[in-house]
Amino acid sequence: MTVYFMCIVLLTMGLYCLVAKKNIVKKILGIVIMDYAVNLYLIIIGYKTGGVAPIIEPNMPAATLERFVDPLTQALVLTSIVIGLGVLSLMVAMCIRLYEKHGTFDMSVISKLRG
Amino acid sequence: MNPLPLYVAIPLGAAFLIPLLGIWWRKSGETLAPLFTLVLAIMAVLQVTRPAAVYHMGGWAPPVGIALVSDGLSTLLLIAINVVGFLCILFSLKYMQTYTGLTKYYSLFMLMVAGMNGVVVSGDLFNLYVFLEVASIASYALVAFGVGAEELEAGFKYLILGSVASVMLLFGIGTVYAVTGSLNMADVAREIAMRFGGEMNPALLLAGAFFLMGFGLKAALVPFHAWLPDAHPSAPAPISAMLSGVVIKSLGIYAICRIFFNVYGIATGSAGSIIFANAMVTFALLSIIVGGLLAIGQWDYKRLLAYSSIGQIGYVMLGIGVGARVLATGGQLSVAGLAILGGLFHMFNHVAFKSLLFLSSGAIQHATGTRDMKQLGGLREKMPITSFTTNMAALSIAGVPPFSGFWSKLVILIATIKAGYTGIAIVAIIFAFVTLVYYIKVQREILYGTVSKLVEKAREVPALMYVPLIILAIACVGLGLLYPVVGPRVLEPARDALMNSAEYIQLVLG
Repeated sequence: MTVYFMCIVLLTMGLYCLVAKKNIVKKILGIVIMDYAVNLYLIIIGYKTGGVAPIIEPNMPAATLERFVDPLTQALVLTSIVIGLGVLSLMVAMCIRLYEKHGTFDMSVISKLRG
Repeated sequence: MNPLPLYVAIPLGAAFLIPLLGIWWRKSGETLAPLFTLVLAIMAVLQVTRPAAVYHMGGWAPPVGIALVSDGLSTLLLIAINVVGFLCILFSLKYMQTYTGLTKYYSLFMLMVAGMNGVVVSGDLFNLYVFLEVASIASYALVAFGVGAEELEAGFKYLILGSVASVMLLFGIGTVYAVTGSLNMADVAREIAMRFGGEMNPALLLAGAFFLMGFGLKAALVPFHAWLPDAHPSAPAPISAMLSGVVIKSLGIYAICRIFFNVYGIATGSAGSIIFANAMVTFALLSIIVGGLLAIGQWDYKRLLAYSSIGQIGYVMLGIGVGARVLATGGQLSVAGLAILGGLFHMFNHVAFKSLLFLSSGAIQHATGTRDMKQLGGLREKMPITSFTTNMAALSIAGVPPFSGFWSKLVILIATIKAGYTGIAIVAIIFAFVTLVYYIKVQREILYGTVSKLVEKAREVPALMYVPLIILAIACVGLGLLYPVVGPRVLEPARDALMNSAEYIQLVLG
């Protein structure tokens, strides 16, 4: 239970970083932290104490089968990491272009649009 | 043969081919993109004649394998996405000539279409998330395509908020998987119905809140709308038309409908489903009020259209939310059906008139070089075709009979009153007049009045740009008057797909 709680704490920390920081690089870091929190959460869902890798071999004892960790969440996390990398590179690219335009990373200086 | 995987495969392949061929062939995007999108549009329209179908990816049957599902609701969205996509590509051919890096533009455009088609045919929660990310990443890049200071800022804002939505969605999907042990939507729905008797445990409630927030952000419902009025005006006009026309609907409204009606089974009348139905109606009302009030004060034409999108999405959500609430509280099925039908009908109409308005704003910007309404005026004499189509769309969205927007708003209002929410209906009627007010402002400032200095030199746009406008203008009138033709074939199957979640489970799991 504590680990799930820690995931939420990590998620909230990322969200705080995103909302409170004016520097857009720090905002990006906030997004990355939130991403990691969710990946961690997914891994914990499939985790088992004393679990083994889910590889089926012939004549396996039933006790081993029961100790398998859930492979699906690990596949989800792999996909999620790849997506996160794509989004991160786009964010950093835009961040560099914004810096070239304004000469600063401060969102309150950059911000002209009213929302 | 089942064409479902082609809706994803064709645009995805095109998105890969266009930049690859673009190395040697500069016009690869301009040549290939219209061809591929035309094929997709024809396929999507023909999808109406096909019965609901399931495709098993790689031959693995659900719930183990990933399923692609087309039912009434998917078909409705497929038609909207692919037809509008084709028209926007046609419009882009001339409009985008002032930009550089066109192969990248067409490639990103095709990626966006692939992602949206994937979202609406996917029958698997995580698969839906992946396609949603594909469409979102392409649209972040397209919003910032102009790489001006304003475009980059709008794109960055959209990117940050979109990423937060994605994180929330993944959290929700993980929670649903932890509770039900499945990611297949039909299987999850069956688990929720059988194991919990339709009642939602706290974990499912939390996941539902994350879904409503994540998809609500993609749909720009009001507490989550801050990115839309920046992102939509900053994008090139055909992309604005795609974003306001179909992206917010396929990534937002469609996903909310699918999750809450088909997966969560809102009709069971559990305490949780009433909470979600209430939230939907609240967000809808807030969107109608905030979108309407903020649109009046805008002088940037595209920004006005963007705020109007928020308001109109509110009407769509109101129809669907009222339907959900009637279902959840065990009211009359016919009233719920009418409300949902009204919401879907308004969504379909909004696809036609809002993409038309954004494309015509692009035509006006192309001809005059500005989108500031104070500098425009008297366009009727200089650009008769664009003015005529703008007029049609404005009358339609403002709800003037006999245009399509009038009928769909009327259906939503009748259903709201029949369901007993007279107060909500009165607010909706008042803000229907507000819509009329700001479109009268559009007409007065842009189309009529004295010819301004910038408009003096304006000429009608080339045929490639006004043909999509005319087609969409015909749709604006046709969808209303030809409802007896369109309704039973496209809209009513979509409503039935939402109303009978048992049928969806039956369809996918057999």
